[in-house]
Amino acid sequence: MSEAREFKYIGQSTIRPDGYDKVTGRAAYGADLTLPGMIWGRILRSPHAHANILSIDTTKAEAHPDVLAVATYADFVELQSKSVAASEGAADVLDLARNCLADDKALYHGHAIAAIAARTERAAKDALSLIEVKYELLPPVMDVEDAMKDDAPVLHADMFTAGYEERPSKASNIAVRTEMKMGDIDAGFAEADVIIEREFRTPTAHQGYIEPHACTVRYDEDGQSMIWCSTQGHFDVRTSTAKVLGMDLGKLKVIASEIGGGFGGKTVVYLEPVALVLSKKSGRPVKMVMERDEVFIATGPTSAAKLRAKIGAKKDGTITACQGWMAYEAGAFKGSPMMPGVMTMFTPYECANVTVEGFDVVVNKSKSAAYRAPGAPQAEYAAEMVVNELAEALGMDPIDLRLKNAAKAGTQTIYGPKLKTVGLVECLEAAKNSPHYQSAIAEGNGRGIAAGFWFNIGGQSSVTVNMNPDGTGTIVEGSPDIGGSRASMQMMAAEVLGIAPSNLNPIIADTETLPYSASTGGSRTTFATGMAVIEASESVVAQVKQRAAAVWNVTAEQVDYADGVASNTAGDDKLTLAEVCKSAEQTGGQISGMANINARGAGPSFAVHICDVFVDQDTGKVDVIRYTAIQDAGKAIHPAYVEGQLQGGAVQGIGWALNEEYIFDENGVMENQGFLDYRIPLASDLPMIETIVVEVPNAFHPYGVRGVGETGIIPPLATVGWAVGKAIDRKVEELPCSPPRVLALIQNG
Amino acid sequence: MAKTHVSTSINGEATEFLCEPGDTLLDVLRNDLQMTGTKEGCGSGDCGACSVTFNGALVCSCLVLGVEAQGAEIGTIEGIGDNDKLHVIQEKFLEHAALQCGICTPGLIVSTKALLEKNPDPTETEARYYLAGNLCRCTGYDKIIRAVMDSAEVMRGGA
Amino acid sequence: MATVIFSSELQKLTGEEQTSVKARIYKDIIAELITRYSSLEEENLMKMAIAIDGEIVHNPLLEVIDETSELHFLYRISGG
Repeated sequence: MSEAREFKYIGQSTIRPDGYDKVTGRAAYGADLTLPGMIWGRILRSPHAHANILSIDTTKAEAHPDVLAVATYADFVELQSKSVAASEGAADVLDLARNCLADDKALYHGHAIAAIAARTERAAKDALSLIEVKYELLPPVMDVEDAMKDDAPVLHADMFTAGYEERPSKASNIAVRTEMKMGDIDAGFAEADVIIEREFRTPTAHQGYIEPHACTVRYDEDGQSMIWCSTQGHFDVRTSTAKVLGMDLGKLKVIASEIGGGFGGKTVVYLEPVALVLSKKSGRPVKMVMERDEVFIATGPTSAAKLRAKIGAKKDGTITACQGWMAYEAGAFKGSPMMPGVMTMFTPYECANVTVEGFDVVVNKSKSAAYRAPGAPQAEYAAEMVVNELAEALGMDPIDLRLKNAAKAGTQTIYGPKLKTVGLVECLEAAKNSPHYQSAIAEGNGRGIAAGFWFNIGGQSSVTVNMNPDGTGTIVEGSPDIGGSRASMQMMAAEVLGIAPSNLNPIIADTETLPYSASTGGSRTTFATGMAVIEASESVVAQVKQRAAAVWNVTAEQVDYADGVASNTAGDDKLTLAEVCKSAEQTGGQISGMANINARGAGPSFAVHICDVFVDQDTGKVDVIRYTAIQDAGKAIHPAYVEGQLQGGAVQGIGWALNEEYIFDENGVMENQGFLDYRIPLASDLPMIETIVVEVPNAFHPYGVRGVGETGIIPPLATVGWAVGKAIDRKVEELPCSPPRVLALIQNG
Repeated sequence: MAKTHVSTSINGEATEFLCEPGDTLLDVLRNDLQMTGTKEGCGSGDCGACSVTFNGALVCSCLVLGVEAQGAEIGTIEGIGDNDKLHVIQEKFLEHAALQCGICTPGLIVSTKALLEKNPDPTETEARYYLAGNLCRCTGYDKIIRAVMDSAEVMRGGA
Repeated sequence: MATVIFSSELQKLTGEEQTSVKARIYKDIIAELITRYSSLEEENLMKMAIAIDGEIVHNPLLEVIDETSELHFLYRISGG
C-alpha cells in the first residue's frame, strides 16, 4: 500500500492548529467549564485500605442547607437488575461501578464511598465529614507475595482463579493465571552454554498527568444529559457511563475537553457517573474536580510487579531458550496488564523455545489503569536486564548480541502470528552508529542499552471532511488530541486534497457529531484516525472528479486530480478544488467526505535506548548524563511531535527507573500523595534527550505510519537500571534506583 | 462569614472581587474572575501550573490568598501577548513544539518571561534550574528548554 | 482450507494445536469452531482479536478468509 515517495505536505513540523489557544491559556480543559446554576461535587473516600462497609448514614449531610444531593452505590439502581447481570461484560461493569462508588467493601485507602453536591466547593468538602460510615476493619494485603499466600485475606469472596484446568475450590486473590509457550525450553536450556536467571521488582507508579480528572455534567428533565470531561476517549466515557446508569447512548452527549495528559490513565471513568447521579438528584449542573492527592490514591496507577527472567545462549550468542514468570498487582479489582506483559517480554528476540507464565493478582491498592504500553515496561525490563547480563557473560557487545537474535519479518511470536516487516535491526544499527554509542564512557559513569517492543493497535475511527464554498474545509474527527495529532490530520488531508494544510481546520467533535472513535491511546491515532482522514479526503476527491466530469461532459475516469486541481484528460479544462466547491450548490449540493473504519494492519514499533549515568557514591543520587532514544516511526508525519513522543516516553521511563514509587505505611496508606514526594523528573534533572527517528514503513498505512506514542517508555527501565548497575558495579534488581536503594546496594553489595 | 472585598490590578487592569478568607488567588482567578488560563495541577505549590507574577515576583497562585491581592499587581498568562501579536516566548514554544498536551504551558510561559526579565542570558543549566518548579509530564523538557534559549536570544536582539 | 492455530490458552479448551476450517466467512469459521470443540464458547473467541496472516483485526465478521490463510486468536491489546 505504501512505497517510498516524495510528499508535498507530510513530514513537516508545522505549527499545530490548536497551538494559539494553548499558548495563550484560552484552551478549555476539563476544569475550565462553568454552567449557569452549577454546583460542586466532592467524594468521601475510605480512610482504610481494607474494610467491610457496615453502614453509610447520609442524613446529617442531606440536612445541611448548602447540600443539594448525596449519592452512594445504591443510586446505581440499574445495576441491580437481572438483565444487566446477564449482559455482556457484566462483571466488568460491576467492577467499574464499585470503583466509582464502593458497594459493601472499601478495598483501598481512597476508595470512593459516597458523594456530595453543594452550592460551593468548600461547602461540599466540609459536608463530607457529616456522612457517617461504619467500617469493620480487615487486614490489608499490599503486595503480590502476601496476596498469593494460601492464608492471605481475600478481597473478593467470589474470585476463583481463571486459567487452571479445574476451577479452584477456594477463593483467592489471584484473578487469572496464564501461560504461553512455544517449543521446548528444557531442550533449549540444555543446549545453552550460558544461562542467566534473575528476579526483579518494579514499583507502583502513576501516569502523573499534570491535569487532575475533572468534569462538568448536566442531567436534564427527560434524561437528556451532557458530560464535559477530560478524557482520552469520550465515546468510551459515554459507553461506560450509560452502562453504569442504564441509559440509552442517544441520551448522553459527551464532549471531550482539551486534555492535560492521560498516558492511559484517562481511558477509564471515575467521576462522570457519580456527577451525573448528583446532577439528576439535585436538578443542577454539577462540576467535579479531583485534588492532586485524590489523583494519586484513587486513580491509575500502573501495576507493581515481581518478575523472573531466565535466558540461555550458546557461546556464539545464539539465544536457545527464554523463560519468564510475572505477578502483576491489579489493584482492588482484577485486570492488570499482565497478559500484554507475557506477550511482549521476549518478543524482540527470535527464539524457538519460550515459556512465560503470568498472574493477575488483586491487592488493596487503587485499581490499576493503563499506562503507556501497559504491562510491557515491567516484563521487558526483566528480559532486557538479563540480555545485558548475558552479553557481559559472553563477552559480547550488547547491541551485537541483540542484532544476532533480533526479531524481524517472519519471526514467530509467542502470542501466535509471525511478525511482518519491523524495524528492530534498523534501530539497533542506528544505536550502534550513534554519536552517543560511539562516544567513550566517561570515567566513573555507567552505560546501559535496552530494546523495547509494542504492538500498537488500529480500531474504529470516524471522520468527515466538510468542504466550504471557498475551498477551505473542516476535518471533523473524534480523537482527543493529547500530543499534537490535529497537526498530522491536517497534513494527511492536505496531502490527499493537494491544498495547503492551513486551508483545513481539524476539530475534535463530540459523541453526537460522529458515529464513533475509539480512545486516543494504543498509539492508534495518527495511524487509524489518520487512515480515516485519508479515506474521507479521498471521498472528497472522488466527488470533485464527478462534479468536474459533469461540468465537462466527460466521465469521472477521464478526470485527473493532483495538487488541488482537477484536469480533463480528454481536453484542456482545469478546475481548482476551490472552484468546484464554489459551484457545488449548482452541481448537486455541498461536498463532504465520510469514513467510518475499523483500521487494521497496525505496525509494531521497536525502540532502542542508550543512557549514561553518574552515581554519587556518598548519597546514592543518580544523574542522567546523556540519553538517546531511537525508535521506528514507520513514517513521521510531524517529525517534531514524533520526537516529542520519544522524549516524553523516555523521561517517564527515567522517572520510573530512578525515583517514582508509591510508599505505603503499615496500614496501606500512601505516604507520598503529592508531586513533592512522588518525584517525577524535573527540568533540572535531565540533559537534552537525543532522538533518532528510524523509518521502516508500515505497508498497511497509506503513508507508512506506525504508532510511536507508547514504545518509548519501555526501554528506559533497563537502560537506566543497567547503567546504574555498571556505575556502581552491582546488580540492580529492584526499581526505582532511588538514593536509599542505591546506597544500600553500594554498601551491602 | 462575610466575604472580603479586594481591589487589585490584573494584567494592568483595575479589578475588584469578593472572596472568602480561605480562597486562594488561584481559586479567585479561575472561579470568580473566569480567568481559566492559569491551571491547577496540585494545589500545593509543587507543579507550577498556577504560576503568576505578584508585584513582579514569580509565585504559585495556589499558595497566595485571594485577600493578599489587595493593592497588588498580578500578571497572568492572559496578559502575555495579545490578539494581534503573540509574545516571542509564545511563538518559540509553538515553533519548537515545546508543548504536547499544553496544560503546563501557561505556567511555563509566565515563568519563562519572569526568568528572562531577571536573567536575559541564562545558560541551559540556569534555565533548567529556574524552571525546575514547572512540571511537565509530556515533553521531557528538551523542546521547552530549546524554546526558552531561542526566546532569550531573540529578546536580547539576536537572530 | 484456512488454518486456525490455537494459543496455548485455547489449546486447553480444544486439546489441539491447530485445525483446518472449511468455512470461508469469518463468522462461519467461528460457528464451525464452536461446533467442533465443545469446551469452546462463542464468547471465548469473540472477545479476542484475530491475526489473519499476521494482520491483527477485531471481529471482522463478514471477512472472506482466503483458504491459504493462517488465523491466530490473540488477546485484545488496548494500550494506554
